[in-house]
This record gives sequence, structure tokens and C-alpha cells, in this order.
Amino acid sequence: MNQGSLTKDIILFVIFAGLVIAAPVLLTPLGAGYPDLLQKFAIFGIFAIGFNILFGLTGYLSFGHAAFLGVGSYASVWMFKLLSMNVIPAVIFSVIVAGIFALLIGFITLRRSGIYFSILTLAFAQMSYNLAYSVLTPITNGETGLQVRQLAPSDRAADYVLNLRDEDLRILDQAFGVVEQGIPITNLFGIKMSGYPGFYFCAVLLIIAFGLSILIARSNFGMMLKAIKSNQNRLNYTGVNTRPYLITAFVISGMYAGLAGSLLAVTDPLAGAERMQWTASGEVVLMTILGGAGTLIGPVLGATLIKYFENIFSAINDNVLQGFYSFLPDSLNEIAVAVSGMFVGKGWHLTLGLLFMVIVVFLPGGLMQGFQLIANRFKRKKKTDSTQHSKQAAE
Amino acid sequence: MDAIFLQILNGLDKGGAYALIALGLTLAFGTLGVVNFAHGALFMLGAFCAVSVNKILTLQQIVLDPTQKTAWGTPLEIRTPYVESWFGDFGLFLVDYSVPVSLLVTIPFMLLVGIVMERGLIRHFYKRPHADQILVTFGLAIVLQEIIKHYFGANPIPQTAPSIVSGSANIGLWIGLGESVVYPWWRLVYFGFSALVIFAVFAFLKFTTFGMVVRAGMFNREQVSMLGINIEKRFTIVFGLAAVVAGMAGAMYTPVLPPDYHIGMDFLVLSFVVVVVGGMGSLGGAVTAGFLLGILQSFASMNEVKSIIPGIDQIIIYLVAVVVLLALPRGLMGRKGVMED
Amino acid sequence: MSINDFKLDRRLLMKSGLIGGAALTAPMHFIKDAHAADFCNMPAGKSVTLGFNVPQTGAYADEGADELRAFKLAVKHLNGEGDGGMINTFKPSSLKGNGILGKKVEFVTGDTQTKSDAARASAKRMIEKDGAIMISGGSSSGVAIAVQGLCQEAGVIFMAGLTHSNDTTGKDKRANGFRHFFNTHMSGAALGPVLEKEYGKDRKAYHLTADYTWGWSQEKSMRQATESRGWKTVAAVKTPVGAGDFSQYITPVLNSGADVLILNHYGKDMVNSLTQAVQFGLRDKQVNGKNFEIVVPLFSRLMAQGAGDAIKGIFGSTNWNWSLKDAASQAFVKSFGAEYGAPPSMAAHTCYVQTLLYANACEMGGTFSPTGVVKSLEGFKFDGLGNGPTEYRAEDHQCFKDVLVVRGNEKPTSQFDLLEVVEVTPRAQVEYDAKMLGGSLGPVNAKPC
Repeated sequence: MNQGSLTKDIILFVIFAGLVIAAPVLLTPLGAGYPDLLQKFAIFGIFAIGFNILFGLTGYLSFGHAAFLGVGSYASVWMFKLLSMNVIPAVIFSVIVAGIFALLIGFITLRRSGIYFSILTLAFAQMSYNLAYSVLTPITNGETGLQVRQLAPSDRAADYVLNLRDEDLRILDQAFGVVEQGIPITNLFGIKMSGYPGFYFCAVLLIIAFGLSILIARSNFGMMLKAIKSNQNRLNYTGVNTRPYLITAFVISGMYAGLAGSLLAVTDPLAGAERMQWTASGEVVLMTILGGAGTLIGPVLGATLIKYFENIFSAINDNVLQGFYSFLPDSLNEIAVAVSGMFVGKGWHLTLGLLFMVIVVFLPGGLMQGFQLIANRFKRKKKTDSTQHSKQAAE
Repeated sequence: MDAIFLQILNGLDKGGAYALIALGLTLAFGTLGVVNFAHGALFMLGAFCAVSVNKILTLQQIVLDPTQKTAWGTPLEIRTPYVESWFGDFGLFLVDYSVPVSLLVTIPFMLLVGIVMERGLIRHFYKRPHADQILVTFGLAIVLQEIIKHYFGANPIPQTAPSIVSGSANIGLWIGLGESVVYPWWRLVYFGFSALVIFAVFAFLKFTTFGMVVRAGMFNREQVSMLGINIEKRFTIVFGLAAVVAGMAGAMYTPVLPPDYHIGMDFLVLSFVVVVVGGMGSLGGAVTAGFLLGILQSFASMNEVKSIIPGIDQIIIYLVAVVVLLALPRGLMGRKGVMED
Repeated sequence: MSINDFKLDRRLLMKSGLIGGAALTAPMHFIKDAHAADFCNMPAGKSVTLGFNVPQTGAYADEGADELRAFKLAVKHLNGEGDGGMINTFKPSSLKGNGILGKKVEFVTGDTQTKSDAARASAKRMIEKDGAIMISGGSSSGVAIAVQGLCQEAGVIFMAGLTHSNDTTGKDKRANGFRHFFNTHMSGAALGPVLEKEYGKDRKAYHLTADYTWGWSQEKSMRQATESRGWKTVAAVKTPVGAGDFSQYITPVLNSGADVLILNHYGKDMVNSLTQAVQFGLRDKQVNGKNFEIVVPLFSRLMAQGAGDAIKGIFGSTNWNWSLKDAASQAFVKSFGAEYGAPPSMAAHTCYVQTLLYANACEMGGTFSPTGVVKSLEGFKFDGLGNGPTEYRAEDHQCFKDVLVVRGNEKPTSQFDLLEVVEVTPRAQVEYDAKMLGGSLGPVNAKPC
């Protein structure tokens, strides 16, 4: 690794960290500067970064990554119910559980490649979803979702049947003598994990996750993964066993998903089965490709864009539009509202679909390619007199 | 015995639907190398061809009757279908047969949709990574869905089978199982229809020069085009054919499952599973897998089975997919080198 | 309100202030009024914001659209526009037709997608960004329970929309949440006697049940109601949600010896399973010397359209139907029909009523504070909202009122006239002890957010 790219990586990391920290202020003019959406940006950013470690580096397209997200969420909520409302045990436990789950599934699915691998991962995720929704209800609380509840009465009668789905224990909190009124809120040593503190908790983890992903991409391990992507057969012929590398990448990627799932539960302690549905797996695929698969920042951008559409575009109703077009005369206003109404509010899916098509048609490398085109244009203007001798990094 | 026989029928019927959808998908996979996430949307468009034809046939002349009022105070509308008032009994006949009649519209329309889609969009993605193909076709699927939702709403729209086949057939009497074994006529019609279409597609690819060239193209596109054959043009037609098969499957399925704008997405994952279990690029594999999964799903849903393994009917399709893919690396009949990168 | 009117409220600033870093760069001129609020999203200006969270995409989008129409109508009526609808029939009413407590009612909307996560994200946006003081709407129990829990945490009021599971006001009840809609227990209790009268005591029932919490709850209630009247349950089979083709579950019914099929399905599942059950000739069958019958415990007219002719003659229950002849229902139908050209669905009705009840509770207590609203709503007895005399029970925040038993209309006079009301089951018959369903309300959350 040469010095130049190291400096570049450090600059990239610092800029990224700065942008994430300043996000509440930067995104306010876009209507996205409120805690819940900021949390979602950070969480799905982590999810997409993790997914990209597998897909972007190795080219293995998993269509079941949401299963790890869901498992992470369930694991966290169970920690809240059994141990403590402090988020640290929950986050650690979730990442471990998701890692183990990923190891099991990766061990089986990575026997195949290409679309066969994709369908195998899809099959496992769908099985997890279907079972969590129905027969696994004792663990997952089915459709309603697993929730934090009030404590079970401490003076239980002898014939009392403890129902862990509807009553909690919180052994650690109890041992430390925490007094609860109603249903408690998640905390980090006393700091509430909802609202902005919750966002900054996620943001710090996002920055760490991002930094780690740079390290992985630049390491020998990362090089090996890229080699698998470009030609796995050649590697196999040279006597390299690619499977351990692939499984490691799969597990790391699953742990990222587990972390994201855990953070979903940290900022909002409810875990539902639909988090594991194939549409959720599909979403992270779309986020990554939209932003630019294989790039470092692309997945985060893609995640932000999709979540922005889901939360902001879906909320623009006819009243808002009427206000927006109020400068127009009445008849024109009506037409403008009717036309725009197809794309926002209940029609936000249409805009999303069109966006996918436009981006992939015009920017094969996702959003990141768009940025690069713009950047190149500026550079070319500057460098008209000097020849360009260094090739752009893959980012 | 009766129960098992009926479940086999259910499985065949379901399998027919799965096989039809998978057939078009695997055609696009095998010949064009395209992962088409909009294939479910084509099924949905076909279903809405049937809905539209029915809507047009039942277009009503609205006469306001000022003497009667609705509950909210506007004059009552008296509706008479145009077709009935113009054609009389023949009009009624047309309305009754609207689903099969709609095939006359579905086939050319879907062919057009397929060709436009291939020429306008898919063609530019042959050389692009599968990920890009997924994104663009998924985007297209959403756009098609939303357009349908805009005009038809989100609720399912019921379609009726022609009255002559709306009841159930007393199959039990035909084969000596007794009177209690009955099965809806329309489902039998659907099974027959899917068998016919599958047979026709196979015959077309097997016995026509066109089919021969396409099959050759599936094996090696460069070589075929080097022979001076315009393989691109043929691929366009193949894509159109895939769209027609999906569309017909959708149109004919409407009496079984009232269609809504989302019906294609519901079938999408399933059709991918069927295609992959069958083996990439294998038409026979897709059909076999379609029927296999249909029948297994029916059996897994029986109380006797469910009481032994709870929830098995929820996961059977995926479980079979996992087992098959682990035992046979390329599915039931997959060819080497298709979609393995 | 326009898109580029991005309010940065004091709550956001206070929070970011706590964090420090962000507040340094926050432009200070955004601060409008910095004095502390007494409770979450206390309306400070001339208007009050309500949040309407309905499915706008997915299978229940049409139902959501109808709910949204009802909400808009309710807001209009509260602000003194239009003909006033049920405000004119509602009693005892403290509503004045000048907004709520003199503040103009404004609203924001969101898409639940009928997914708990999306619904909570959407509700959070309304609370955190738009300053909504009450959240209402929804079309499924999973979503209702998820959003109710969120509103409890955030300290705003939740007025549930269409949610039929016992849990919403049973083991998942919350002090800040209220439900006007009925539940599976009431459906069972109302249907039981009618089914006995129509089909006799000696019946064998076969249940097909959607495999999730609401389905199980509905099955349990129907079994209780029918088995206590001498019916036998031959089998109860769980079906996956969104199964599409139900043939593999229907064929075993044919020769099971059952003579009634009870479909504990809702929405698309109901449309599909009912359509297919009729196709399999179940309704033409004779079993044990009796006509084979199908029952759909929860009927929604809007969704039933999707089943076409298959619903004719089928019994079910519903919270409200537009064909009711009381003055309140007629006033509502007239107002809604004149505005939108179609009669309201039961989902629309419950959402409209909930909005009015919330506004009225604010007026009664003279405050928007959740504590005041809860106090006014608990035990509130009212009439003139389409369901006859109704009471919000204090113990579980559930409305108790008459329940409608309906039957698919054999001869509909219009495309809306799908259900005929067979019987109005009196409240006393469907009432139950609040302890029966477990759970506890907990304390009201009226803390500033």
C-alpha cells in the first residue's frame, strides 16, 4: 500500500466522520434533521457497509442479509428483557449471535456461487422470516413483535408461571437496584438512547464501522477478496483455498448486519419479523448498488437516499403540495398538485422506481460514479496544461 | 386416498402456474443472460389485461334518475352495460367469457410490451453486471406496479370464470373414487392450458428453425452470430415470447386469484426459486421444478404432515430449494456455465 | 404549510444543545420560543397538529386512502367548514367548530406500509419533526400495537384506527392509547347467537386461521362462541399469511365431515380463501343433511369487493356499515358521500370518530395535555356517532357499544351495497371483564419530549 492512498484514506475517513457528526445540522434544510431519520441513516449505513464487504469485495450477492439484521434485533431485545436496559450487553451479544448465525448459514450457502448462492441465502432468510412470524412466536412474539415489558412481580406465588414474552426480568438492573416506573427506556450508563443521544451513539458506531471497512478493503485479506471477485478459478488453480476467506467475509458482513439490527432495537426497542423479509434483504442490495457497489462511501449514500424517500417523500400529501404551489393560479395549482401527487405521498414508490432506473441507466457505477464524473470535470479544467499521470483510485 | 388424490391435483394446478411463470423467466435467463426482476410485473400486466377487457366489456351507460336519491343526496345512477344494450345475447356471452376472450388482447399486448422492453431497456444491459440488471428491472417492476395501482387501486379485483366452467367437476365419479371427490372446472382448465402452453413452447424451440437457432444461441452466442445469423433480432422475439407466456399465465389465473397490483411481486421470489431449483437455463428443469414444488407444497399443507412438523408448509419451498441445491450443484437440470459468475 | 417550511422546534434545539457539538453550529435565529413545554409537542402557536398514519402502499392502501379521506373530513368539520357531519349528532359534545380549544386543526400524514418498523418511523417523524400531538390511523393490529407503544414512550395520545386483535386493549394496552374499533372477542360474542339461530346447535366447524396473532385470537373467540352453543370443532388449520392459493387447505375440508367453514382471515387472505372456497363448490354441498355454510368473522366492505359474488349470503361482523339508518350514520354518509362520491368504509368511520372524540376530550378538559385527555376519555359515555350509546371503558381504554352482525347482500342495489345488517347485538352481550385479557395500562406519560 503506497503512502498516497493511505493519506487519501485518512482524508476520506476524516471528512466522513465530520459529515456524520454534523448531519443533524446539514440535513435540516432537507427536512431530514430529526433524530429518528438520522438514526435510520446511520443504522442502514452500517448495514449497507457490511453488505458491501461481502458483495462489493467478493461479488457474492447475498439475498438474505436481512435475516442477520432481524436476528440482531431479537438478540438485543432479549438482552433488554433479561439482563439490562443498558445497551452495551445488547450490542455485544447481538453482534456475536449474528456472527454465529452467519457462520452457520455461510458454511452451507458458500458451497455454491453465482445465482445459486443468492437463492440459497434467500431461502434461509425466508425460512427465518416465515418461522419467526408464526411457529417461533414464543421467541419472537410473532406479528406483534418482541417488546420490552414491565418487570415480572418480584413476589411471585409458587404456582406462578413466568411468561417471558410479556414480563421481563432484567437481572443486572435488578442487582444494581434500578427502580423502574412503567416501561423503561434503553440507556448507555444513564444517557437515554432515544432522540439525539441515540443518533450520536449510532453515529459513532457508523464511523467506526466505516473505518473498519477501509482497513478491511486495504488489508491483504481485502486484496484476497477482490481477487476472488476478479477470478476465483485462477485462485483455486494456484492452490489457494478461497472458502475460508469467503466465510470470514460472510461472517463479518453478518456481524455488521447484526450490529445494525441491534441498533434498531437500541433506538427503538421493538423487533418485528418483517425485518427479515426478502424485501428487506432486497432493500440493502438496492442501497448498495444505488450508491455504488465496491466503493467505500457509496453504500452509505444509497442507504441515506432510500430512507430519505421512504420517510420524507411519503409524507408529502396534497395539502402540502397545495401550499407549495400556492403561487400558481387555482386551475394551474390543481393540475400541478395532481401531477406531482403521482410522485409523492402515496406515489412515493413510483419515484423510487424511476430513480433506480435513471441512476442505473445513466450511472452504471451508482451515485459514486456520478460524483466522480463531476469531480473529474472539475479536475480536467484545472489540469488542462498538465498530463494526468495517476489513475483514479477505485473509489 | 381421496385426500391425497386431491392434493396431487392441487399440486399439479399450482405447479402449472409456477411452471408457466418460471418458463418465461428461464427463457430470459438462458438465452439472454438477464436477471429479470420485472418478470413478476409481466405476470401482473397479463392479469390486468383480463381485468381491463372485463372492464371494457362491462362499461356501463350511466343514466341519472332524479326521482331516486343515494344516501348522500345525489341522484341515483342507473347503469346498463353498453355491450348488453348493443349486442344483446352475444354481448352477454362476451362478458361471460371475458377471461378467455382477454387472451386475444393479452397476447399481442404482452408481445409488444416484451419487445419494447427488450429493445428499449434490457438490450443495453446484456453486458452489464447482474447487479445492474437487478436494479433496473426492479425499478421497472415498481414503476409498472405503481401505474397499475394508480388506475386500478390497491384492492383485488374479482374476475369470474365463464359460467359453463364455474362449478366443480365430479372427478371422483370418472375415476371411481366416489362422489365426494370434486374439483373446480376452472382449475382443471387452467392445468390443461398450462400443459398446452408448455408443450407449445417446447415444440416451438425444438421443431422450428427459429427455435434451433435460439437454442444454439443459448449455448454460444458469439459463434452463432459469426455464422451470419442475426441472433439479436431473435433474442428480441424470445423476450417477447417470455412476456407473452407470463402474461397469459397471469390473465388465465385471475378467476383463481383476484389480481391486485402487487400480485407479481408475490410470485417473483417463488418463480426465481423454481427456476434455480430447476437449474439455470434449462426449460425442462423449470417445468419439472414447478410441478415438484407445487405438489410438495400441497402435501406439506396437509394436517397430518403439519401436526408432525409444525410450520412445514411455510418453509417447504425454501427447504426443498436448499436440499436440491446442496445435493445437485446446478439444480435439477442446470447447464454448466450459466449464471455461475 | 409548504415543503420548504422546515420548522426547527425548540425541542430539537434543546436536545442538540445537550449534545453540544451540533448546537455550536445551529443557527440561533431558528429559536422561536424557548420557554419549556409542559408536555410533548404542546401547541404553542395558533394551530394544533394531528398525525394521521395510514397504509398508503401495500395491500391495505385502499383502506388507508379511505381512512385518510375520513381524517380530512373530520379536520374540516372540527375547523367549522363543511356541513359538520356527525358533530351535529354527537352528544354530549363540547366541540365548538372553531378548531380544538380555539386552535386551528392542521394535520400531517405518513405511510405505515402495514409494517411495524415503517409505521413507527413514520409516527416518530410526525412527533419529532412535525410536532404532532396525537397519532391516529392504521389498518392492522401489529402496527397498532407497535405505534401505541411508541406513543406511550413519546408521551402523545394514540387513537387507534382499524385494529381488531384483543391485544390492542388487552395485554398490550397502554395508558396513552385508545381504541374505538371492536375486537375478536366481541365478534365471536355477537356472531354466536346469530349462527345458532340460523344454522342450529348441531354443527361441525372447520377453521382456517391466518397464522399470526390476530388470526389465533379470532379463532379462539369463534371457538369459544360456537363450542359453548354445542358446535363441534372438527379441525383448526393455520395458513401462512399471504398464501395466495388456498386450494391445499380447502380440499381437506371437503371430506372432513364438517358442515361449516370459518375463515379467520382478513384482507387479501380473506378475499382469496373465500373466493376459492366458493369455487370448490363448498356452498353447494350438503353435509350431514345440512347445507354447507361459510362464515367470515370480520367483514370489511372495502375488502369484500375483491371477493365479488362469493360473499353473498355469508355471515360476519363489522364495526359499522353505511347502510345504518340512525341519524348520526346518515349525517356521516351524507357528508362523506357528498365530498368523495362514495360511502365511507368502517375503517373510515372509526378514524373519523376517533378524531372527533380526541378533539372533544381536549375541549372537555380544557387542555391538550395527555393527562387531561386521558382523564376526559376514561369512562366517557356518548351517543350520536353511529354506534348508538357508547362508552370508553376506563379500565382498558376500549369502546363498548353494539356490534353489527352482517350478511353478504344477495341483491345489491349498487356496487357499495354489499352488506346487509342482520342484527345489532346489544352491548351487554359482547361485554367482558377487563381483567379477562390481562395486561395493564401503566401510568399516563405526559412528560415533555
